[in-house]
Amino acid sequence: MSRHAAWNIEVARSLLDGLQGQPGAVLPMLHALQAHFGHIHPEAVALVAAAANFSRAEIHGTISFYHDFRTAPPPARLIRLCRAEACQAVGCEALVEVARTRLGLEIDAPQPGGEVAIETVYCLGNCALGPAALVDGELVAHLDAERLAALCEGAPVAAVQALPA
Amino acid sequence: MTRPPGVIPRIFIPRDAAALSVGAQAVAEAIAAEAARRGIALDIVRTGTRGLLWLEPLVEADGADGRIAYGPLRPADIPSLFEAGFPHAAGHPLCLGLTENLPWLRRQYRLTFARVGLVDPLSLDDYRAHGGLAGLHAARALSPAEVVARVAASGLRGRGGAGFPTGIKWRTVLGADAAQKYIVCNADEGDSGTFADRMLIEGDPFSLIEGMAIAGHAVGASQGFIYLRSEYPHAEHVLRQALAAAREAGVLGGIFDIALRMGAGAYICGEETALLESLEGRRGVVRAKPPLPALAGLFGQPTVVNNVLSLAAVPWIMAHGAEAHAALGTGRSRGTLAVQLAGNIRRGGLFELPFGITLRAVIEDFGGGTRTGRPVRAVQVGGPLGAYLPAHLLDTPLDYEALAGAGGMLGHGGIVVFDDTVDMARQARFAFEFCAKESCGKCTPCRIGAVRGVETVDRIIAGTDRAANLAVLDDLTALMTDASLCAMGGLTPLPVLSALRHFPEDFHRPVPADAAA
Repeated sequence: MSRHAAWNIEVARSLLDGLQGQPGAVLPMLHALQAHFGHIHPEAVALVAAAANFSRAEIHGTISFYHDFRTAPPPARLIRLCRAEACQAVGCEALVEVARTRLGLEIDAPQPGGEVAIETVYCLGNCALGPAALVDGELVAHLDAERLAALCEGAPVAAVQALPA
Repeated sequence: MTRPPGVIPRIFIPRDAAALSVGAQAVAEAIAAEAARRGIALDIVRTGTRGLLWLEPLVEADGADGRIAYGPLRPADIPSLFEAGFPHAAGHPLCLGLTENLPWLRRQYRLTFARVGLVDPLSLDDYRAHGGLAGLHAARALSPAEVVARVAASGLRGRGGAGFPTGIKWRTVLGADAAQKYIVCNADEGDSGTFADRMLIEGDPFSLIEGMAIAGHAVGASQGFIYLRSEYPHAEHVLRQALAAAREAGVLGGIFDIALRMGAGAYICGEETALLESLEGRRGVVRAKPPLPALAGLFGQPTVVNNVLSLAAVPWIMAHGAEAHAALGTGRSRGTLAVQLAGNIRRGGLFELPFGITLRAVIEDFGGGTRTGRPVRAVQVGGPLGAYLPAHLLDTPLDYEALAGAGGMLGHGGIVVFDDTVDMARQARFAFEFCAKESCGKCTPCRIGAVRGVETVDRIIAGTDRAANLAVLDDLTALMTDASLCAMGGLTPLPVLSALRHFPEDFHRPVPADAAA
């Protein structure tokens, strides 16, 4: 079950059409494709290059530079765990261990076909209420083993947010 | 702004991402449901956060003398809150009294954040009612050169971290001769421990929009760009709506407009030239300077690149005068600092204060010490490129020069507190690891130096030839400091060397027998 549409080159073309002509359109184009399809399909490189008047090499370079852009579909649930200093100060690295040993999830390891993956992110701007994570576009605070397990099991983010601290 | 009796009471509930992260949405829904069940009419207004994040979800209700605060609330507290008479539930254990009397708010000087937490961030009427757009009107009555002179006289320095005088930057762009100039807002707030830009954008986006419009008038730019990091989806949502509302009301469009652009998860794009490359659609690779962006910036045109808080400070300066701004602060740090208290802290949040308050006052008086209750051992000020300061330096005042004098940097005003369980050799290793992951790769000292740094600290931790590897570290950090193209490689040595200087014992720990192999 995916939140994203299956790759379709015609749909991709029409998405890009709407963004053509504005200065510096490459990142908006890549974001639009990823928002719709969940990833940047390899066939999209030539489309974006043509639409933005860049070379294919330049577009490949841009896609590969940024952590956000993925070239394969994401898992059904993606947990972006903050591992920057403010969250380190309240034990985010212990959660990395919890994920590995208790939940069987290696951080940042590709999970082909997996339902859930945990990826490192550096700072979500929730530095006073860490450890923090961003899940399905929603921010979670005071992450601990119990909350992380619930998120991995697919619990609604709102339910985890409302748990007593 | 109290209302006569008989009017539907207004309830203020934050929709700030930090408040949502601890369940503000569920609280809002519980309040609406409970009110409906009891047949009580409430006017629920969604706001930004006051910045007292340990009290979130913090709900406020109109009272006779001002807003009454309740928090931190959980959905389960809501029935008892109504039982106690909410929205007038003074007897409830979670009632905190008048919001404005909360000690952590009363001691602040909210200039830039004056409206944050108070107003509906998307209501231009609310914005105007609280002094919004007065600065833009004042600015447009002046010549561009007069606006620049006023910003220069205010003493405003870039709030992003470098602290460069905003007026001088604007003067350079004003003096540049070009058909097209740009205002670029750097909202790529990547430093751990900082969230002021996010809080401002989510709580009072029109102040940023107004500040950019003033900048456009001051330097002769008709187009602005906001480069916002993708890790802030809530801020993106608010900003898109605010820009549309501003356009609809005629605040934007015509002589000045703003486009919102999203980053894509690259810390280096907070560096201004990498940000410009990214805006142009390329890899976020740092440019060599000169030329300065003020002369050849976005698409080669003269460009003002300013942090969110620098731009958002400008409307206040235009409305209240440069002298009022310059009267606050200390030394060459004028105005207020958005102190962001984070990490292992009991009362974390944002406190807007004149420059010059000490780290100790912030951490102890505002913060109440560590969340774990253990002693403070180290404090990192200014993000991942800032120094780690030990407890005995906590009397350092928060201003640009004093922090530099203590071997650190103020940066964007983030303070990350660590208790005595922190391993500073690990933190030094992380500084290199972060640099290795986030380096743009253009210059060798940063690209290769960071990797060699991780390896060298690993050897020191493992007890391999410690003296020789400490000498390598010394050499490597000197090279990175002197020869890197930008602050990423140039300042990564700061956390490393400060950890070594202040916490040498962590680099000389006995090696566990099983790790010595």
